[in-house]
Amino acid sequence: MSKSDISRRGVLRTGAAVGAGLATPTIFTSQVWGGGHTGFTNAPQGDTVTLGFNVPQSGAYADEGADELRAYELAVEHLNGGGDGGMLNTFSSKTIDGTGILGKKVEYVTGDTQTKSDAARASARSMIEKDGAIMITGGSSSGVAVAVQALCQEAGVIFMAGLTHSNDTTGKDKKANGFRHFFNSYMSGAALAPVLAKAYGTDRKAYHLTADYNWGYTTQEAVQTSTEALGWETVNNVLTPLTQTDFSSYIAPVLQSGADVLVLNHYGGNMVNSLTNAVQFGLRDKMVNDKNFEIIVPLYSRLMAKGAGANVKGIFGSTNWHWSLAQGFTTPDGTEVAPDAGSAAFVKSFGEKYGFPPSQAAHTCYCQTLLYADAVNRAGSFNPCAVGEALKDFEFDGLGNGPTLYRGDDHQCFKDVLVVRGKENPTSEFDLLEVVEVTPVSQVTYDASIFGGDLGTCNPGA
Amino acid sequence: MFGLDAKDTRLVLIVAVLTMLAPFILNPFPEGSELAQFNAGYPDLMQRFVIFGIFAIGFNILFGLTGYLSFGHAAFLGVGSYAAIWMMKLLTMNVVPAIFMAIVIAGIFSLFVGWISLRRTGIYFSILTLAFAQMSFALAYSVLTPLTGGETGLQPKMADPRILDGSLAEGTTPRANLFGLQMSSSYELSVGGWLFTFNAGYYLAAVVMLIAFYISIRIFRSPFGMMLRAIKCNQQRLNYTGLNSKPYTLAAFVISGMYAGLAGGLMVAMDTQVGPERMFWTASGEVVLMTILGGAGTLIGPVLGAGMIKYMENIISKINSTILHEWFYWMPDGLEDFVVAMIYPFIGKGWHLTLGIMFMLVVIFLPGGLVEGGQRIARLFGKGKKAETDEGGTKPSSTPAE
Repeated sequence: MSKSDISRRGVLRTGAAVGAGLATPTIFTSQVWGGGHTGFTNAPQGDTVTLGFNVPQSGAYADEGADELRAYELAVEHLNGGGDGGMLNTFSSKTIDGTGILGKKVEYVTGDTQTKSDAARASARSMIEKDGAIMITGGSSSGVAVAVQALCQEAGVIFMAGLTHSNDTTGKDKKANGFRHFFNSYMSGAALAPVLAKAYGTDRKAYHLTADYNWGYTTQEAVQTSTEALGWETVNNVLTPLTQTDFSSYIAPVLQSGADVLVLNHYGGNMVNSLTNAVQFGLRDKMVNDKNFEIIVPLYSRLMAKGAGANVKGIFGSTNWHWSLAQGFTTPDGTEVAPDAGSAAFVKSFGEKYGFPPSQAAHTCYCQTLLYADAVNRAGSFNPCAVGEALKDFEFDGLGNGPTLYRGDDHQCFKDVLVVRGKENPTSEFDLLEVVEVTPVSQVTYDASIFGGDLGTCNPGA
Repeated sequence: MFGLDAKDTRLVLIVAVLTMLAPFILNPFPEGSELAQFNAGYPDLMQRFVIFGIFAIGFNILFGLTGYLSFGHAAFLGVGSYAAIWMMKLLTMNVVPAIFMAIVIAGIFSLFVGWISLRRTGIYFSILTLAFAQMSFALAYSVLTPLTGGETGLQPKMADPRILDGSLAEGTTPRANLFGLQMSSSYELSVGGWLFTFNAGYYLAAVVMLIAFYISIRIFRSPFGMMLRAIKCNQQRLNYTGLNSKPYTLAAFVISGMYAGLAGGLMVAMDTQVGPERMFWTASGEVVLMTILGGAGTLIGPVLGAGMIKYMENIISKINSTILHEWFYWMPDGLEDFVVAMIYPFIGKGWHLTLGIMFMLVVIFLPGGLVEGGQRIARLFGKGKKAETDEGGTKPSSTPAE
């Protein structure tokens, strides 16, 4: 046995020296988020890069969350060179070459937002702090989008919003690190009003039922303003609790009010229930003011249409994207719309992988992932400020919505808006909506300053 | 020490050491290893552990001591949070006034709710508190939108007045701080493959929790605490002795409401955002679960329960099927798929199911919660030790039974 001379003091001294040595290379960072030391939060270190997909996996929007996750998985597959490449082939920017992002393989972590701001932020924080995610994306409600966007701003990572339709996300709550591809309430109103005026005339009296929360308020306001500009009159606006499942007590007074149009500013399960109630009450068979009574749903989704079943037939609404763009179609006034190559590519690869066409939530999430990857490639860096600069006023095409602009003033995408109507003779459970009109982008563009808010400056974190 | 007997002092010291060393204890696996999935030593989760610990400690003062089961405690947490964020928006981003006002406002609100609800006992009391909490939630969600921000909630904005703070430097955002020390700042120590994060916000919350824990011990051991236990034993008999028990229950209710407010204020200090879901009845139910899971009426139980539930919520819920396949890749294909299919319902979004099963097992086999489990184990070892060394010392039970 070799002779060793270990004294208590010696051990202490060695321990202190080792401790100091180990501690030296780590610098005191003023922000916790710093994983790497290249000047921004979670700078990718190895040959992989981690994205955070934060979607509702439980709660009211779990179906949409599941579809978003499918789209993300598909996008990652395409970024890493798998599958048939989907919309990479039609995307106007050609920087994505199937080797991941900036040559780093794309990995991802998932989380459950539960459609609650607190849970969504906890999940996003764990992705940033624990898993080293460089970008957070997803979500299916504006409350969550606003909450997570603010967190990402503070943490110094990019947030690519999923499905969020309220004006606030890129309006009064906009942030320099947050970007939205989806359209918003204002655009829905601006796109719908002319179509409604054409179909139903300009002397209508509208009665609004509005979900009692932020998205409901902004949507109601948008629809009211744009329809009143064309001559409609708003008889009443009644707020309904978000948890309401039986709307009969709200629908009974509609007929006494003298209104001849009912606008349902509801989303998800709310809309399914209120529309079903309204149709059961026979509103659509009534004649008021010598006009046929009509119902309008400002924001449609395929999943909602599925829930409401036959009740959606003939009811107008707007949507960000619809898979039937892939086949081309004829609008009711006889205009032929050619198939869209981007949509076709996306519907094909999504359909081959999962066996059914994607929803608009899936589409926007897929686009957001591609747009982020492309922006990083063009910027040559994962630094959020460089990425933000690359996305700013970026014009692109081939992602299913035609020529699109990512406006630098509020980080909102501007593109054509689809006005849709419940199909009279659906051929399958996915074929429930038909596109009535593609409202050109010029008609839905607004001044970035009208909603207030301050973008601030980009925050790269550590 | 500090007016505690030896056993309680030891308990406080153990808790102090555990909370101070939490960044080490919660990160037992090296970065990048397969098991790193189970590491919980990142700032957000550590903060949640101690904050919900405070919440549960406070709830236990009411439920554990007086037996009054409140189903509306999340309302006080929410009210505290809103008070704190408004202090940050109006006064200063320093967390001290925010936390202070959170306690005060939650105290006043709980005085009001308690004054009404405590006219009834048992299930009627529970229903009344539940009704108040749901009312608060509904108000915050829609009616009071100008005050609460509605569904979107509140966050500090660049344009807020913040009358005590100087103007922001160019390109910075308002951040919660303690006299200049940012809550989000942390020191990272990497040793070998391990990465330990020491977060300023966590240590602030941990110190506050230790104080809250100490106060709770003092309450448990005081004559006031004894009176509360008497109420739990038999309130009617107590009333017949000519003693008015209402002030005692009301005091306990307000104290526990203030604890909830403190937790709410700390949540805002750590993560400057408030949403109304914080007041939803499931949040109230969660603290009941935490307390019962850990051991109602025990000192340390609620903290353990809170840690357990938050760990499951944040760690188990993030395991997805891809990760499962990585774990079991060494199995033959068919078997791998089978094993993954068997485990899948219990992870990811199925964490509620796992939690439910755990809760049932604990309630059926360990009615005293995790603490009882700990005591049984300790007794087992204690007995073995006694036989060996024949010391016959005190029972190493870490917590007083109710």
